[in-house]
Amino acid sequence: MISQLRPAIVMIALFTILTGLVFPLGFVGVGQLVFPRQAGGSLIERGGHVVGSELIGQSFTSDRYFQGRPSALMGADPKDSSKQVSTPYDAGESGASNLGPTSKALIDRVTGDVAKAGDAAKAGGGPVPGDMVTTSASGLDPDMSPENAARQVARVARARAMSQQAVQALVRAHTAAPALGFIGAAHVNVLLLNLALDAASPAGGGHVSPPAAQ
Amino acid sequence: MTLIGWAQIALVLALVLASAFPLARYMAVLFSGGRTLLTPVLGPVERGFYAVAGVDPRRGMTWREYAFALIMLNALHFVVLYAILRLQDVLPFNPQHVPAMSPRLAFNTAASFVTNTNWQAYVPESQISYGAQMFGLTVHNFLSAATGIAAAVAVIRAFTGSALETLGNFYVDLTRVTLYLLLPVCVVAGAILLAAGVPETLSAYATATPLDGGSQTIALGPVAFQEAIKEFGTNGGGFFNANSAHPFENPSALTNVLENWLLLAIPFALPLMLGHLVGEKKQGRSLYYAMAILLTLAIAGTYAAEAGGNPLMTHAGVSASMGNMEGKDVRFGVALSSAFNTSATGTSTGAVNSFTDSYTPLGGLIPMFLMQLGEVTPGGVGSGLYTIVVFALLSVFVAGLMVGRTPEYLGKKVQAREIKLSMLAVLILTLFILGGAGASLVLPNGVSSLSNAGPHGLSEMLYAWSSATENNGSAMAGLTADTPLLDFGLGLAMIFGRFAFLVPVLAIAGSLAAKPKLPPSAGTFPTTGPLFVGLLVGVIIILGGLQFMPADALGPMAEHFSMRAGKVF
Repeated sequence: MISQLRPAIVMIALFTILTGLVFPLGFVGVGQLVFPRQAGGSLIERGGHVVGSELIGQSFTSDRYFQGRPSALMGADPKDSSKQVSTPYDAGESGASNLGPTSKALIDRVTGDVAKAGDAAKAGGGPVPGDMVTTSASGLDPDMSPENAARQVARVARARAMSQQAVQALVRAHTAAPALGFIGAAHVNVLLLNLALDAASPAGGGHVSPPAAQ
Repeated sequence: MTLIGWAQIALVLALVLASAFPLARYMAVLFSGGRTLLTPVLGPVERGFYAVAGVDPRRGMTWREYAFALIMLNALHFVVLYAILRLQDVLPFNPQHVPAMSPRLAFNTAASFVTNTNWQAYVPESQISYGAQMFGLTVHNFLSAATGIAAAVAVIRAFTGSALETLGNFYVDLTRVTLYLLLPVCVVAGAILLAAGVPETLSAYATATPLDGGSQTIALGPVAFQEAIKEFGTNGGGFFNANSAHPFENPSALTNVLENWLLLAIPFALPLMLGHLVGEKKQGRSLYYAMAILLTLAIAGTYAAEAGGNPLMTHAGVSASMGNMEGKDVRFGVALSSAFNTSATGTSTGAVNSFTDSYTPLGGLIPMFLMQLGEVTPGGVGSGLYTIVVFALLSVFVAGLMVGRTPEYLGKKVQAREIKLSMLAVLILTLFILGGAGASLVLPNGVSSLSNAGPHGLSEMLYAWSSATENNGSAMAGLTADTPLLDFGLGLAMIFGRFAFLVPVLAIAGSLAAKPKLPPSAGTFPTTGPLFVGLLVGVIIILGGLQFMPADALGPMAEHFSMRAGKVF
């Protein structure tokens, strides 16, 4: 029996050291040296403090910012931990609504959001872009579709007293085409676009310092 | 559906199907004990492992010894992971001060990772420490994958000669596959992911001050290396709750293509490796074609369903041009989302880059059906190959019944013992899926786990038991999984689904190995060519799938017609 146990125990121990410590810790060490920004979560600093991560969306509600997709994340209510409240883009967690395609809760939510989007986005009209009223998979989606952005241009320009052309130009500059022209979907990084907006119109943004360390 | 969407799917499949050929040649050398490019570097490490472990690499094992060693190592490793999860609060690398896992959840999680399932009833961000991710889950990702591949190689060896007494040495197979295949690819893929933005840090979660006020906690961790083996070993357990949908696990469409390739690469190489090892490449290719046909059809079906969008939403004023975007991230779009989730359920990976619970009814049915088929499209690393060999045995048996001859497969006569063991293995899976889902849907403790009403609720429960039993690990994630019934029930389903299937399969291998290898005669039913591929696909769908039709009709199919009729629940 002992002779049978020895190889099993030794193999588990050796592979734990190799694949569970040596390589992960080696990756951490090499990551710090070679790709420090990526290894640390692609954080963005402005005016000396961290304002977010380039890869993680954040919640925007003001008219002067482009607003990303709805996020389904829920967390404990700070006032009463027995209750769950909406915590959009809380990147201490992640996840989706998990509402099925025939869920009444889903269809009611979408219908309500379509009505709101219709009011807010007078310009253009027509059906609402799919990503504007659906919650993402991660709850942290950093991107929106160019169609979604286009419907918000007029609102943002008005709130910032900027010309629509200037805002449109920023949207275009921050629209990433699919890789090699066909892999993935065209998308606009909401946080980077809003940082650029703040830099272009400090009066509307209320911040003077430009974004650093991108 | 768009041409660009199809082009993306074609790209993923082309990369996988092409790379399988060189990968199969490399693996055939590896398991014949030959020298590879990496031998000068890894040879001394390999010999060191054998010396310390007291393994004689030249000593073969009978099927009983092989199965015993496999189960012994995995049983011990299960205990080790259970202990790590229970003690993670005091073990190193825990900057978030994550508390110890409860005994029930630790049992479920240990069962999940030792069986290559990676069902996640826990919430990673708040319930698992960096340390447990590294020296607990990551190690299991390597060794459970290596266990599956080793078992597949043992089964293949049964067909390589006459009157064989042994099937190879389990410890040698385990060591070689980990050192020469899994580790090198994961180092390269992990480095690419890291460069593309996947974090690798031991720092505590970051705190940011968002532009529009408030405060944001950003979960981090040593992700990149673990992400690589999570896909390449068809494990699927996400570092984060959102799995490969999380921008830190899968930052762009290009990393998504890489991850999709990783999770399909070995499963498609294994049948071709079988061709090399049995000395008849055509034999491997027919299994490979059967797998490729089924997966291609499945991805096309899922994409078609998702690209059409949800008519209930279209009716509410949502543009259908992006497809069904609930539970999907923008950077991937519907085509890459459908391809990834379907590949991950066709391989027992169970990773997701979009949430199946919110897929359209038919878009969600296809991934579930791939699991119910027995995970052979192309299946998990190793498990897909040994399962499709079982289906191949059943196919020649069915063909033999039709023409009245003794069936043979790869020169070995297939007789009553092998067919009985094959059916036993297949029925164990059915018992757990239908029995478990059925029981959970009448017990109040089970019904209270459902997050959706109507037929979708039935789909959620059926999906969970299919996923656990077939060692997939993906979920219709609205289901509340951390309950006594599901933690213990699904935990047992995972263990039986893995090992109660593996042991009969190794017994079949032992029985076939001992038989003489016959040259093909005029009466041999050929197991190459379109006729056999068609028969095999038919047997997989009829034998694997038909038993689940009534249940699938009550869940996803009923929901599909409700949706068409405009009914919500």
